[in-house]
Amino acid sequence: MNRNVFITSVLLAFFACFPVLFSNPYWIGVLNDIWLYAILGLSLNWVVGHTGLFNLGHAAYYAVGAYTAAIISTHFNIPILWLIPVAGFTAGLFALVVARPIIHLRGDYLAIVTIGVGEIVRIALENDIFGITGGSNGIFGIPRPEIFDMRIRRPWQFYYLIGGFLLITIWFFYRLEQSRFGRALNYIKEDETAAEGSGINTAWYKLAAFVIGAVWAGMAGTLFAAKMSTVSPGSFVFWESVLIFAIVILGGAGSIPGVILGAFLLVGLPEFFRNFADARMLFFGAAMVLMMIFRSRGLLPPLTRKYAGVSRAGGGDA
Amino acid sequence: MEFFLQQLFNGLAVGGIYALVALGYTMVYGVMKLMNFAHGELFTMGAFLGLSFLGIFAFTESLGPFGGVLVLILLVMAMVALMGVLLERVAYRPLRSSPRLSAIVSALGASIFLQNAIMLIYGARFQVYPHGILPNIPLSFFGVEIPLLRVLLLLVSLVMMAGLYFFVQKTQIGTAIRAAAIDQDAARLMGINVDRVIQIVFIIGPALGAAAGVMVGIYYGQINFTMGWIFGLKAFTAAIIGGIGNIPGAMLGGLLLGVLEAMGAAYISTAWKDAIAFAVLILILLVRPRGILGERVADKL
Repeated sequence: MNRNVFITSVLLAFFACFPVLFSNPYWIGVLNDIWLYAILGLSLNWVVGHTGLFNLGHAAYYAVGAYTAAIISTHFNIPILWLIPVAGFTAGLFALVVARPIIHLRGDYLAIVTIGVGEIVRIALENDIFGITGGSNGIFGIPRPEIFDMRIRRPWQFYYLIGGFLLITIWFFYRLEQSRFGRALNYIKEDETAAEGSGINTAWYKLAAFVIGAVWAGMAGTLFAAKMSTVSPGSFVFWESVLIFAIVILGGAGSIPGVILGAFLLVGLPEFFRNFADARMLFFGAAMVLMMIFRSRGLLPPLTRKYAGVSRAGGGDA
Repeated sequence: MEFFLQQLFNGLAVGGIYALVALGYTMVYGVMKLMNFAHGELFTMGAFLGLSFLGIFAFTESLGPFGGVLVLILLVMAMVALMGVLLERVAYRPLRSSPRLSAIVSALGASIFLQNAIMLIYGARFQVYPHGILPNIPLSFFGVEIPLLRVLLLLVSLVMMAGLYFFVQKTQIGTAIRAAAIDQDAARLMGINVDRVIQIVFIIGPALGAAAGVMVGIYYGQINFTMGWIFGLKAFTAAIIGGIGNIPGAMLGGLLLGVLEAMGAAYISTAWKDAIAFAVLILILLVRPRGILGERVADKL
């Protein structure tokens, strides 16, 4: 464990100093994207990795959060960072309404329905639903965020803003993993029937997990809207959901370091291959297939699984 | 009333295409319990190969419009069937005993790979099928003018579906497919070569999808490397609406979805056309979680 603490501290120190050491705004921008996708990945990890629900429409909740923040901040001139909880609440409420009737569906059915929900949300945004989403152009001119009278507009400023939120995210999901709630979810994922049998209200837990993931995605949406100062339906297409899903699965579903590594690989690595821009997605697809064949639990799978393996194989020697 | 009949016929023609693609999804799902996301891309491949072959061999000039299109479709079906077998070998067979999630991710990866391969080969722009491959004679039914092309589209789809239905119900291989769909292990014990069955499923499904691709190219005139995604998703939706794993269900679901979409586009709004399909899916799953013709199967314990 001590080694892990050491590695974590070194990494933290390195990334805390990164903008000072390397003032190249391009690479800071890339890291900002990585942080944002790490936050999204961790939020989906709570649904896919911990609860075993195939959500292939996570971008929908991200979109609801981003649009909520964008609409309120442009119409009522409210500083966008204050809207983080509001956007989280809206996305969570939306997830609650959508997921309540469908949460009992079996894995694949749930996957296709969540894809459907994601597409419906995107089409609704494109069709300027309620006349407030701006159609296919989206919403632009979102005021820049401010912290203590400092206007956030440079990449390094966003670096600390989004990076700070990522740290909160890591802390939150780490605590949640350790909680009674987190343990119940793992139990449901391992064996739903046994969990139900031992008195766990599985439907309630699954719904709660789904909503928590959506709330967090909605909050990440606010950061996205603040960073881009514009939102449009093109940012919330199905492939966005697939990318977030792939970050979770390839990094290691259920593992916080795994998901962060996944964000680095899937968002950061392609930047090194800019010259092959057209073929990038080809490699991306092939990598997904190969990973599943050779390392299906991801690059950094969670450690706790070992315990389950021991008790299953050993029978009574726990 | 005439407008309604017109829309009904439009919907049936497009629904026939959805149904053909849906059959591929439903057969793969029935036997392997796998959502083959890459199926939509095989459909796209069919459309592009059709265009290429049309340019290379000029079928319609030497064999006449109807014979030419028929030979073209058969050739494309054969090519894409080969790709289906290859896809199964590379992306799905190594994962036969892995958890569901791994197979789904692999399918997504294969879908991304194929879509981008098509883009790299053919380019990202829309490609156009030559105009008037089939002579467009307007036919009249109940006082409604319906182009021959639409009637043919529906007829070809129906013939293929009927052929598949009899193949699965009446032949020995069909019986093996049905047995493997119910229980692979038991089928193996009865001496059925399940690997062969899966291979056959990956020949028939992609072949039907490829035929649909060529038909879409001829019908709409325009094809694009992303077309398989939305068509595939709708066809999968159709398969689920009808009851996945169920062949008549896929046909019914496809035709129903086509008609509902045409009606929705006509009476509600074209901009919401794609959303209607998914709304119908969600509503049907709420009422009948196994689809319209799906049997009540106990969840795996």
